[in-house]
Formats: sequence, C-alpha cells, structure tokens
Amino acid sequence: MLKLFFHTQLALGFAQAAVAALAALTVVVLARRRGIRLESETMIAMARGLVQIVAVASILVVLLRAPRWTSGLLLAAMVLAAGATSARRAKGMPDAFRVSAWAIAFGAGSVIALMTFLGVIDTAITSLVPVGSMLIANAMNTNSLALNRFRSDVLAHAGEIETALALGAEARNSVSPYVQASFEASLIPAIDSLRSLGIVWIPGLMAGMLLSGARPVYAAIYQFVVLAMIFAASGLTSLVGTMLVRGKVFSGAEQLLLQPGR
Amino acid sequence: MTNPLTMTRTLTMTSTRQHDKAMSIAPDSDSAILRAEHLGRSVKEKILVQDASFELKRGEFLAISGPSGSGKTSLLRLLNRLDEPTTGTVFVEGVDYRNLQPRDLRRKLGMVSQRPYLFPGTVADNLRFGPAQRGETLPQEAVDSLLSQVGLRGYSERNVANLSGGEAQRVSVARTLANSPLVLLLDEPTSALDDAAKLEVEATIQKVVRDQGLTCVMVTHDLAQAARLAEQALVLEAGRIVRAGLVSEVLHA
Repeated sequence: MLKLFFHTQLALGFAQAAVAALAALTVVVLARRRGIRLESETMIAMARGLVQIVAVASILVVLLRAPRWTSGLLLAAMVLAAGATSARRAKGMPDAFRVSAWAIAFGAGSVIALMTFLGVIDTAITSLVPVGSMLIANAMNTNSLALNRFRSDVLAHAGEIETALALGAEARNSVSPYVQASFEASLIPAIDSLRSLGIVWIPGLMAGMLLSGARPVYAAIYQFVVLAMIFAASGLTSLVGTMLVRGKVFSGAEQLLLQPGR
Repeated sequence: MTNPLTMTRTLTMTSTRQHDKAMSIAPDSDSAILRAEHLGRSVKEKILVQDASFELKRGEFLAISGPSGSGKTSLLRLLNRLDEPTTGTVFVEGVDYRNLQPRDLRRKLGMVSQRPYLFPGTVADNLRFGPAQRGETLPQEAVDSLLSQVGLRGYSERNVANLSGGEAQRVSVARTLANSPLVLLLDEPTSALDDAAKLEVEATIQKVVRDQGLTCVMVTHDLAQAARLAEQALVLEAGRIVRAGLVSEVLHA
C-alpha cells in the first residue's frame, strides 16, 4: 500500500520506518495503561537506532571504496560502543565498561578473526562489517543480560554471599552460583534462536539473500552458519564477562561492594 | 556524655564475676584477644561509627546496644572486616587485622547474622562449609558433637528447608562454631524469632560460650537479653559510644 504513495526508494524507506515505529509506540501506550512507563527510553532508543543505522549506512557507502583494513577499525569502534551500551545495564557495578568491552572484544573478536581467517566470513567490507556487527550486537545483548542478571542476583543474595565470606569463603567462590546462573540465563536467547531456526522465524539475513537471488539451500545453510557464530561469540562473551565481573564486586579485602541501598 | 577515650579503661575493668570466669577459662592469658582502636566508618559523609575503642579478653561477653540506626551492626561488621574502617583498626591477639588474610580473620572472628542464611542442602552440608573452604573435611563425629552442643542431636541429615526459625538459627551457630573461632560475633541473633525460639537460641548461645570459653560480642536492642547473657555492655548513639562498662551499670544508667 505504501508503494502507491511513495515512489522513490528513500521516501518509501522513511515511510516504512514511520509505520514500524508506530507499531512500537503502540506497545508503549499499552504498557502505560498497565502503569509501566517506557515512553522516554523507547523514544530515545528508536531515534538513536534510526540515526545510528543511517549514519553507518552512509559510512559504508564511503568505505566501499576504502582499503579492507578500515573494516577492522569500524568493528573496533562498534565493540567500544557495545561495551558502553552494555555497561549501562550494570548500574553500580565497578568497572562495568571495561569488563563489557573486554568481554565483547574477546567473544565477538575471536570468532570474527577465526572465521575470517578460515574463509567463513568474506574479507570484503560489505560482508565483514555487517556479519561482524551482527556478532558484536548479539555479544552485547548477551553481555547485558549476564551483567544485569549477575547484578540482580548479587543484590538479592547479599546476605548469603556475606555469610559465605564470614565463614571464610574465598570472595570469588562466594558468588559462583550467581555467575553460573547469569551465564546460563544470558544464553537463553541464543539457544532459542538456534532451536527455533526455520520453524518460528526466518532470519533477516536469509530473507535478504533470497531477495538478492541466492539459492535457498545455500541461504539457509549460511543463516545457520551465522547463528552458530552468534552462539559462539555470545557464549564466549558471557563466559569472559561473568569471569571478569565476579572479581569486581569485591574490594581487595574481600568485602562485598555491591550492596542493596548503597 | 562519656569520653570515648575512657571507654577502653572502663570496658576492660573486670567485674568479680567476669574475673572468676576468665581465670577459670584462661588462667595463662591476660592479654586482649580483641582490641578496637578508634574504629570508625563514614560513607558519603554519613558517619556510621565514630572513634570506637574497646578491648576484650578471653571469655568476656560484651553486649552492644543502642537505638535503631545507632551503628550497632555497622560496628560489628567492622570487627570482622566485612566493611572497611575509614579510621582506626582492630587488633586480634595483638595483630593488626589489616595484616591478616581476610579469610583467616573471618574464621577467627565467627559471625552469626540476624537471619541464618543457610545454604541449600543438609544440616551437615552447612556445618562442613567453613572447614571445606580450607580444604578440610569435618568428620561426622565433629558434626554430631556440634549439633549436640546446640541441642540438635540427630539433625545431621535433615534438609535445611524443613527447619523452624529457631532450629535454623541454632544450625547457623553450629556452622560458625565449626570454624573453631576465637571470638563469636552475634548480630541480633534472636530478633527474627518468636519468644519460644528466642529462648532456645539464647540458651544455646549461653551454653556454647560457657563450654568453649568463647569471647563474644553480641548486638542486641533487647536490654533484658543483654543483661541475661553479657557481663559488659556498651551503648551507641549516632555511631558513638556513649556508655560502656559493666552491663548492670550501663543498661540501668
């Protein structure tokens, strides 16, 4: 229907974005009727998302003619931005940015490097940057979930943790159950994505490949490849993130720094 | 208001009752087992504890009392370094506790909190937790002996989820004793219990402290309980020690 009113690709894109945003705003209105206020966070997130993705597309237009090593710079910048975004989910946690940035850099970075070396990801900017960004974005989400869950668990179980400390437990051991729970919880989306692939959803990358004329079976296999890489990157990120963060909630004298009401 | 600098002198002044007890328990030891020196903690300019000084010899039982928010629990947490003092320090058997490994310090200064916070599993699992942190396995005889001391003989294999509040708190006391502490720190151990359970736990504390000659520091807002269990007391107000000495004198002042 929109195609009847918008004849250029750019105008159609903005119209589609506006309609999709309206659908998202409907959720905000429904949430508000149940007393949950999401207005400002959702509006800011959508506006930021749109501006950022258009900006990246513009940069990609320039980078298409740039040397291949520039994609490394772009991915590194994405890791830093992902670290900053993820750290905001760990309010009050010491060194949250550094933990997040290192975890995402290690988790997503090592998978991108290995897969590029093996030829699973093409070194062309048009392939490396979009696929790399997918891995980084998913690693970021996993890291946010892990840090957020860990923070909530530590705050909710401060009494148990301090009891273990008071009985002579090593600080890192006193939070082990919460590290494990955070790791497991953070991987639920990645596991569910793999489990429901093709049955519940046909991911965007596969749809795009089909639209651009790729053979359906190859598009499907490559989609699995991407999801498996996402799982690997997310799992490594969560593993490293939770390992790093568990030492950060204690002082040098093994005192729990993250406490309710502090 | 009493000058805090005199608190050490006042508190270490031993009553006849206390003297007899101390002599019978540790005739060879005259030195302080626990000494707090100008201990204080402030968080974001809020003073929680200020210039607290006192010392305890082996076998002495000190009650810390005062109104809600006066800094009782904050002071107790400073003693086993669950929180870091912003001024002063604590000496354990003459050693500045900043020179001790926090884990060793906390084993020596065993703490029982207001809520028991038992770990999932059996009563025996809980009692074995502390020694296991040092790579030791508490033998079944030791588990039985500890449970017998707290009046829970035969509870070894019970799941902690099925214990009453009073039983759970007594398991918590036994779990702390499993680390063979020098000093027992009790943070309002009966405040979350009904009257019957409160008396059970109180009797347990009295028994283990007497039997083992433990030095004990107990935070309580219950003055009658302080009088029943302790020989000495100090009263906090707004983080400062305002009275200290024999329990009978301090609590009735």
